[in-house]
Amino acid sequence: MEKTLFDKIWDAHVVGETGGESSILYIDRHYCHEVTSPQAFDGLRRRGLEVFRKDRTYCSPDHNIPTLNQDLPISDPVSRNQVETLRRNASEFGLRLFDISDPHNGIIHVIGPETGLTLPGQTLLCGDSHTSTHGALGCIAFGIGTSEVEMVLATQCILQSKPKTMRINVEGKLAPGVTAKDVALYIIARLTTGGATGYFVEYAGEAIRSLSMEGRMTLCNMSIEMGARGGMVAPDEKTFEYVRGREFAPQGEDFDKAVEYWRTLKSDDGATFDREVTFDAADIKPRVTFGTNPGMGIAIDEAIPNPPADSAAAASFMKALEYMGFKPGQKLEGTPVDYVFLGSCTNGRIEDFRAFASLVKGHRKADGLTAWLVPGSQKVLRQIKEEGIDRVLEDAGFELREPGCSACLAMNDDKIPEGKLCVSTSNRNFEGRQGPGARTILASPLVAAATALTGKLTDPRTLISQE
Amino acid sequence: MKNKFSIIRSTCVPLPVENIDTDQIIPARFLKSTSREGFGRNLFCDWRYDADGKPNMDFVLNDPAYGGTILVAGKNFGCGSSREHAAWAIADYGFRVVISSFFADIHKNNELNNFVLPVTVSEDFLQELFDSIRKDPKTEVTVDLPAQTVRNEATGRVETFDINPYKKICLEQGLDDIDYLMTRRADIEAFEKK
Repeated sequence: MEKTLFDKIWDAHVVGETGGESSILYIDRHYCHEVTSPQAFDGLRRRGLEVFRKDRTYCSPDHNIPTLNQDLPISDPVSRNQVETLRRNASEFGLRLFDISDPHNGIIHVIGPETGLTLPGQTLLCGDSHTSTHGALGCIAFGIGTSEVEMVLATQCILQSKPKTMRINVEGKLAPGVTAKDVALYIIARLTTGGATGYFVEYAGEAIRSLSMEGRMTLCNMSIEMGARGGMVAPDEKTFEYVRGREFAPQGEDFDKAVEYWRTLKSDDGATFDREVTFDAADIKPRVTFGTNPGMGIAIDEAIPNPPADSAAAASFMKALEYMGFKPGQKLEGTPVDYVFLGSCTNGRIEDFRAFASLVKGHRKADGLTAWLVPGSQKVLRQIKEEGIDRVLEDAGFELREPGCSACLAMNDDKIPEGKLCVSTSNRNFEGRQGPGARTILASPLVAAATALTGKLTDPRTLISQE
Repeated sequence: MKNKFSIIRSTCVPLPVENIDTDQIIPARFLKSTSREGFGRNLFCDWRYDADGKPNMDFVLNDPAYGGTILVAGKNFGCGSSREHAAWAIADYGFRVVISSFFADIHKNNELNNFVLPVTVSEDFLQELFDSIRKDPKTEVTVDLPAQTVRNEATGRVETFDINPYKKICLEQGLDDIDYLMTRRADIEAFEKK
């Protein structure tokens, strides 16, 4: 029987069945951050339980931490308390914590792969919907709620009904100026914000294979934005080279043995998916969103479409446009922009800073525009400095901040003010996501860079072709 | 929170908006609490209150005509962030049931894990229910978990709904997944040795 990549990993982790639709699934790797874990640790205390497998859970504060002056105590007492609670819980339950001052610290979905804790073939969970990111290495990774975090801490397992499978093929080559983020925004717009609910997605095809590991992470990261349980890419030589030598990855002979197994992790020829869709890479241009969910997107040179025919959908569509201050038929290119945010678990990796820097090098940031450039981890920040990207950015008038989730969801001080328009490389343009009343356009690091130079929403291809 | 669940008959609070994400149900700035309690007061905060914290009288939760323990919402309810705080806010406010034509996966699990019953109905049933409530805010709905039926008492229309049989037992008996998984420890340890 031919199996999909998903089935191979799932089947290898089923402990048993419940008699209902749920399987007991064993979890290899579990990450905790400060926002969705405190109530789970409380639950363990209430039940008088220990963490069942202490070596499988790693903790890192990321959502609440400031991106300036991280050496000082967090000024917001409620944020500080949440970070301190994670510290106390990790210490009490004997878990490894990458604290704010630790060189491993960063956004949990950035540090998992870069430390080698995330590996092909794993089952991996975190109380965070963007856990889908890790699927880029060829593992089953998805987000869970806090009750499920408690479940994993207590039993190293989760009860889960098996999702349906979907393969999304992107064939052909991506044009210059088109990035993994544009591929993600294109697919979500085509399938809609709920279009992959109930499915686990495998991304395949030439355009996906040609993406870097960082690009695959960006793509898998946004799987949840079309409702998918998770997304994954079959591991290949690029994956193995990425993992090789990373701190927590298998080393030497163990690594070679692991690679031998990882090579078997691909969908068999003839394996059937519950749904399969194919897109042409040539149809994908730099993308932007115009509404209040990530599925409301267009190519940067297109106009906002008319409301859908269905009346319930049309009402929701117009509510979104009203919030954004846009109109059907309007072109967004050239719209004045107040803020640019480069960062998040979607686009806070070294490749994203390289891309941003490549475009702004030798130019100047637009006057009046505020740019927040937030690396995804301490390691990314170190790499930025090692590669001299920090000087390129400074010369162009940009200031680099310290790592964290930052303005993606504005739980720290990095809030976009009410009514202001932000071009953001993050993953969600929901109402108020970046601060109460803030308006968000999701885009790639290249669109963000081009926009930061002109102060208006700008197609990066117009700048690339000048050079 | 472990309320045993059987039959609920109640008036409804209608929210005919599609793709309501969990950032709307409970904005991120309220996620800093380290307990499960008290989220109900900030349920739908940015729709419910204006920037100065005054109730927005156009929003349904502030309209005295509507009330009850059943929330009726447009399709793709609970998309976005996995924050269980959204389910805590819904439960803490007093809702026992959410009716929609489509739920996002993670949020649906979160509701079930907090003894809030997500009931998926057809789009047609949902729109008729919105119509009934618009015409008469006192319209009642009966949700019968043992029979897996939902009934619009204004029109008499009944639909059956699906629920994972295991989760149904959990709701009926007030059990949670950890109680269950602790009984399977031996299997888990055996699996680890393989």
